[in-house]
Amino acid sequence: MNGTQTAVGSGAERREGREKVTGTARYAAEYDFPGRAHAWPVPAAVARGRVTAVDPAPALARPGVLAVLSHENAPRLAEPEDPTLAVLQAPRVPHRGWFVALVVAETPEAARAGAAAVRVTYEAEEPDVTLTESHPGLYVPEVANGGQPAVRSQGDPDGAFASAAVRVETAYRVPPLHNHPMEPHASTARWDGDRLVVHTSSQGTTPVRSVLAAMFGVPEEQVTVVAEHVGGGFGSKGTPRPDVVLAAMAARHTGRPVTVNLPRRLLPTVVGHRAPTLHRLRLGAAEDGRLTSLVHEVATHTSRIKEFVEQAAVPARVMYAAPHSRTLHRVAPLDVPSPSWMRAPGEAPGMYALESAMDELACELGLDPVELRIRNEPDREPDSGRPFSSRHLVQCLREGARRFGWDGRDPRPRSRTAGPLLIGSGVAAATYPVMVAPSGAAARALPDGTFLVRINATDIGTGARTVLAQVAADALGVPLERVGIEVGSSDLPDAPLAGGSSGTASWGWAVHAACTRLADRLAGLPGPPPAPGIEERADTTGTADAESPFARHSFGAHFAEVMVDTVTGEVRVRRLLGVFAAGRILNPRTARSQFVGGMTMGLGMALTEGSTLDAAFGDFAESDLASYHVPAHADVLDVEAHWIDEDDGRLNPMGSKGIGEIGIVGTAAAIGNAVHHATGVRFRELPLTPDRVLAGLLAHERPAGTVGR
Amino acid sequence: MGSQPHDGSGHRTAAADRHHSDTTLRVNGKPHTLTVDHRRVLLDLLREDLGLTGAKKGCDHGQCGACTVLVDGRRVNSCLLLAVALDGCEVTTVEGLAGDGEELHPLQRAFLERDAFQCGYCTPGQICSAVGALAEAAAGHPSHVTDPATPSGEPVPLGREEIRERLSGNLCRCGAYPRIAEAVEDVIP
Repeated sequence: MNGTQTAVGSGAERREGREKVTGTARYAAEYDFPGRAHAWPVPAAVARGRVTAVDPAPALARPGVLAVLSHENAPRLAEPEDPTLAVLQAPRVPHRGWFVALVVAETPEAARAGAAAVRVTYEAEEPDVTLTESHPGLYVPEVANGGQPAVRSQGDPDGAFASAAVRVETAYRVPPLHNHPMEPHASTARWDGDRLVVHTSSQGTTPVRSVLAAMFGVPEEQVTVVAEHVGGGFGSKGTPRPDVVLAAMAARHTGRPVTVNLPRRLLPTVVGHRAPTLHRLRLGAAEDGRLTSLVHEVATHTSRIKEFVEQAAVPARVMYAAPHSRTLHRVAPLDVPSPSWMRAPGEAPGMYALESAMDELACELGLDPVELRIRNEPDREPDSGRPFSSRHLVQCLREGARRFGWDGRDPRPRSRTAGPLLIGSGVAAATYPVMVAPSGAAARALPDGTFLVRINATDIGTGARTVLAQVAADALGVPLERVGIEVGSSDLPDAPLAGGSSGTASWGWAVHAACTRLADRLAGLPGPPPAPGIEERADTTGTADAESPFARHSFGAHFAEVMVDTVTGEVRVRRLLGVFAAGRILNPRTARSQFVGGMTMGLGMALTEGSTLDAAFGDFAESDLASYHVPAHADVLDVEAHWIDEDDGRLNPMGSKGIGEIGIVGTAAAIGNAVHHATGVRFRELPLTPDRVLAGLLAHERPAGTVGR
Repeated sequence: MGSQPHDGSGHRTAAADRHHSDTTLRVNGKPHTLTVDHRRVLLDLLREDLGLTGAKKGCDHGQCGACTVLVDGRRVNSCLLLAVALDGCEVTTVEGLAGDGEELHPLQRAFLERDAFQCGYCTPGQICSAVGALAEAAAGHPSHVTDPATPSGEPVPLGREEIRERLSGNLCRCGAYPRIAEAVEDVIP
């Protein structure tokens, strides 16, 4: 070993940082192969029905247009497992915005003009896009996202609730939300005979390769999928999306390299969204605040072609000790775009509702909300009965309270004002499961004393290259600068996607294994290895995915201070402070950025982000960045992330838990609870936009029937 | 004819017609004469014709700021400017900020040191926007949050609030805002 210094735990600078700040980092649409053409999709103009005719003539007559593809002439593909990828294969329109044609042209301008000129006629049917709690289409699925059981029940939650000393029965609503990574979904594809090379903006290209090989009927070894740099994904690039299929299809049809760079406003309908969730909660507690009954029931929507169930009641199975409980999901298939993963699916909306309801219970009990959570700390995972591998929620709450200055807070709503501003503070807990998947990796010792680690990890902005090199350096016992790393191509050893906060755990495990083996072999050598070096490979199948007897989760606590303007209804978050317990933090520099980034997205969920399905047109009304407001610089004042070091030997060789998602979990509840503390008004539907807040304040000050006096 | 990508040296230009015009721009100090499709925006000219892909296409509608570059020293959303209207203009992109040497521009260095980005897609726009914002403040341009009592024409001091306000046209979905504000603060003399 190189003394006592380790690479893991150091704040190593991002390896690709220089490329990113100089503009030389290349993203999927930026591979300008000779003869490259550009394609532009045509979205369906009805919300339900079928295409009766596609007239390509007006488009083909335009200068520069090379081809118009539709279900009438597009290459027939094998049926994909994911129905959203079966583009241009059939006349059915399952939702507005479904792609019904694709125009390929010499330039992006010509493709766009061509797409506007394609004449598509439809046989339209009446759509149903509106989710209600009493929608007749609601049913209880077998499983929710992540394979979680849709229903879990313990004891007699209804009886225990009825006889509880203190009861909270409440409902919360989270609207559809959009991932909107800064880089739109884009793919550049080219065929060389039966060999396909694709550059795509994806969170993991090993699965993209499998899907494309199957759909286009070519062996996997003839397909290379590259994602060198990815401009964010937040779940929406977790699996292949239509752009990559369209690019490969158009390239095959025209014999040219083709780039599909999806226009921003088309993203919400084709790349997945966070489905709306309607939450109903019942919390029953004893006088001392201990929960006796916890019921969390969720209704959500999915599309007609795919069952995706946002598992928003699942965190209630993890959080608090309650002897009687029920968690249940219902889903209604509607004529809506297919929902999918968005950062912390399940946990983000579920913990908004649960942690808001906990705040209501604290108010009902007259108990400090930090103390209420501490009193309900379970000694085992409530739903499974398994022991936790580690759980430091209480420490996060206490450390957060100390850093935030929570003690001495006047719990009475509306107790702090500054002119027209009401000031309040709130707290909420966070949790996210530890996930890990098997991965391959290769490590090579080179004759010059350096090392090269190869693995198809994807760096979507997390700093994967950097942290994996750190893991490798320590496993090899060499300084970080002697370790090179290659990621982002399906030609490298197979690896799972960057998702579920599992990337570093999954890839790091394999990198650690390969490097440990290589170090062992090198230990038996007298000097540097002869050319071309020595390589060791690892595959963690069977180890990384082995069943654990422990419940493994990250935990955290958020504290928020808000100002509510009683004149405009505007809510500003003055301070946001999070403390997390997520295993060992491998790179504090990049970890802090991920925590703060998650919290910032949570701030958006609380205050600015919300989408609506237009009942008549079946379209998302807020489909671009002018109407769907992601937080801007001016919205983000003071965001601090801290962590508690956990030493948990039941995770992986690095002792890490995953940090990409927990930052967004609970943030919106902390902000909402702070708004209640500031105003005395409990808002139960996100986002807390000025119109809603002002209406709530007016109703509070002038109860119904008194307005106008 | 649709406009063809050019090699930037000017000798493959098609004849100007009703839909195309010859246009000369200086980009990062070098002159380029192109026959430009009238629909082509500066962003696409940079990316498709000149191979300068540092300016990013995030929304193509002036909503996200990822395409920010400097035209005659002022920051602009290059996706909203028709290239044909920029004849004779001087354009600076993220690739041209540092000049020819190995040295980074101080803002590029500050972004690296502060870890003021994650995915990197908004980063060139953030950096170009910050260069423009610093120049605007130095020239005495007020922002929405500038104290009205600030003397006209004098440089506006840039605190955190000013930085946040002036950079609010550049979205970052990774949420690097606090680090970006720190990085900008680092280069204020």
